Amino acid sequence: MKPIHLGLIDGAILVIYFAFVLGIGFVLKRHMRSSTDFFLSGRLIPTWVAGLAFLSANLGAQEVIGMAASGAKYGIMTSHFYWVGAIPAMVFVAVFMMPFYYGSKARSVPEYLKMRFDEKTRALNAMTFAVMTIFSSGISMYAMALLLNLILGWDFNVSVWLSAIIVLLYISLGGLTSAIYNEVMQFFLIVAGFAPLVFLGLRDVGGWSGLQMRLGEVAAAQHFASGAFSHSWKFMGHAADNPMGVEWLAMLMGLGFVLSFGYWCTDFLVIQRAMAAHSMAAARRTPLVAAVPKMLFPFLVILPGMIAIALTQHSGASGFALPNKPDGSLNYDLVIPMMLRHYFPSGILGLGLTALMASFMSGMAGNVTAFNTVWTYDIYQAYLRPKAHDSTLLWMGRMATVVGIVISVAAAYFAAHFNNIMDLLQLVFAFVNAPLFATFLLGMFWRRTTGHGAFVGLLSGILAAAAHHGLTQPMGALTLVKGGWLGHTLQIYPSEMAQNFWTAIFAWTTCFVVTILVSLLTQRKKSDTELSGLVWSLTPRIAETETIWYKRPFMLGIFVLVLALILNIIFW
Amino acid sequence: MSFFDLRLPLGWLFVVLGALIVCAGFGAQVTSEGMSLGWNIDFVWGAFMIGFGVVCLWLARRHAEKHGPSNLGNDGGNGL
Repeated sequence: MKPIHLGLIDGAILVIYFAFVLGIGFVLKRHMRSSTDFFLSGRLIPTWVAGLAFLSANLGAQEVIGMAASGAKYGIMTSHFYWVGAIPAMVFVAVFMMPFYYGSKARSVPEYLKMRFDEKTRALNAMTFAVMTIFSSGISMYAMALLLNLILGWDFNVSVWLSAIIVLLYISLGGLTSAIYNEVMQFFLIVAGFAPLVFLGLRDVGGWSGLQMRLGEVAAAQHFASGAFSHSWKFMGHAADNPMGVEWLAMLMGLGFVLSFGYWCTDFLVIQRAMAAHSMAAARRTPLVAAVPKMLFPFLVILPGMIAIALTQHSGASGFALPNKPDGSLNYDLVIPMMLRHYFPSGILGLGLTALMASFMSGMAGNVTAFNTVWTYDIYQAYLRPKAHDSTLLWMGRMATVVGIVISVAAAYFAAHFNNIMDLLQLVFAFVNAPLFATFLLGMFWRRTTGHGAFVGLLSGILAAAAHHGLTQPMGALTLVKGGWLGHTLQIYPSEMAQNFWTAIFAWTTCFVVTILVSLLTQRKKSDTELSGLVWSLTPRIAETETIWYKRPFMLGIFVLVLALILNIIFW
Repeated sequence: MSFFDLRLPLGWLFVVLGALIVCAGFGAQVTSEGMSLGWNIDFVWGAFMIGFGVVCLWLARRHAEKHGPSNLGNDGGNGL
């Protein structure tokens, strides 16, 4: 791909955006007087801001580039990652789980685990989470530098260090609030940068009917029924009938239940945004406010991929087509950069590129703020300096930000030397997240669950995920990172996606069953009084005092689910 | 204590970026490369961004007039 030449106005847009990002950090610095201000935004964030940050922290590089690539590869079935793989879990965490996270006054998800179970369960979660977040941040940085090198011709080292310094400055100055405020600005920029791209792409492809017609040709060329790329559920009866290679059971159980609930309900990266809200009611509404734009995001990030593959198969008036990789296959990862270059003139091109960079930085910043909190509260204060003064914790938070960013940079260079590091890390992340939801589900809704049960169950779940992955492979796997590394392959799945979903199902089920068994065999150490506010049956129900329906989490949750159902039916 | 109203920097960012994009749109009138599928997308989208920015600034100002600038945390500035 020939690098894009930036005009004067494009460059000015990038510079102005960075100036605003840093300016927010500087203005917020004077508000950071305690560790609560720095790590929890003083619990002062309004719902709409927390909600959009909840969504935006998840809008990293992999989301924007990856979802567009999946849209081109799998068609509208990719929307399951939103309408099935996010919305129900977001409603669940808002209505049922947020009262425990927010009401317990825990400062982090690992701290909730300590209050509910014991120290060892917290330590396991805090350590794995800290390592994962920092590596995820590094991989975001690596992906951004690689892309900037490819599309703008920028030097890899300059891109890595520039993004690192900007994120470091605005987080170490303004803490979580700075990350949240910038995430909201990034959200609006991403919408403003990509919406005209979708509009122009749709015009080029001849509107929805033109897109459907061309996607029919794409499906036929890949030996699927003509609607396989434009229907989300119709071809999910058998894995072989759809481009994703997944049947409805694996989709509903693997993605819709285990992976989705595992991520949205237990990952501190997103939960932290809701915990920063100004009240319990606001914290409960946060995921629901995020759910509305979340369910519309497929139109912004997946649709460009579908348009790109449709135009590559059957050219439109403007002659857009995806480029090939050296091995001759289509380079799906370049959907967004190629469309920006093809459709956007100078001016709006700067906006589109700024939106792309904003998405990378919000992903990095989200990980770094989650890391500095878990490090300071759940590792430093818990094990190294239990009696540390608040000002020491604030200082440690800033230091953790610096160290976190430096390790992220190292991870970015590490990733640059090992092609499979991204696959490996995402895999390990799935190992850790999937069983964790079983631990939370039992911990919050079954009072008999013991600390030993939770710990052994969690470890067993992680090991079960590893064992399943080691004994199975996706079709055509060339490396052991894709599975089969235990030397014997028991099952070959039609796609990597199917393998991931089933790995998650195995991990969750193992954790669920082992936690129950060990809990029944061990003694609960915490009394009912100690577990009040942490377990459903021991916590007084929250009376919904709001009179307006959209302010009541339960009603708002039903509204969100109905909207998601309508979208599923429309694109059935 | 509370933080500043986020709609202020958001509004200003969109107004400034929108104005720059509209300027690019004026330039595009004279060259065919500046047009996208027959549309002067810079001009249209830049104007839309300015409009969005102005609405954000107006909402922030209206909220500050009603409640004072320091109680953003209480109702989030938009009733939510």
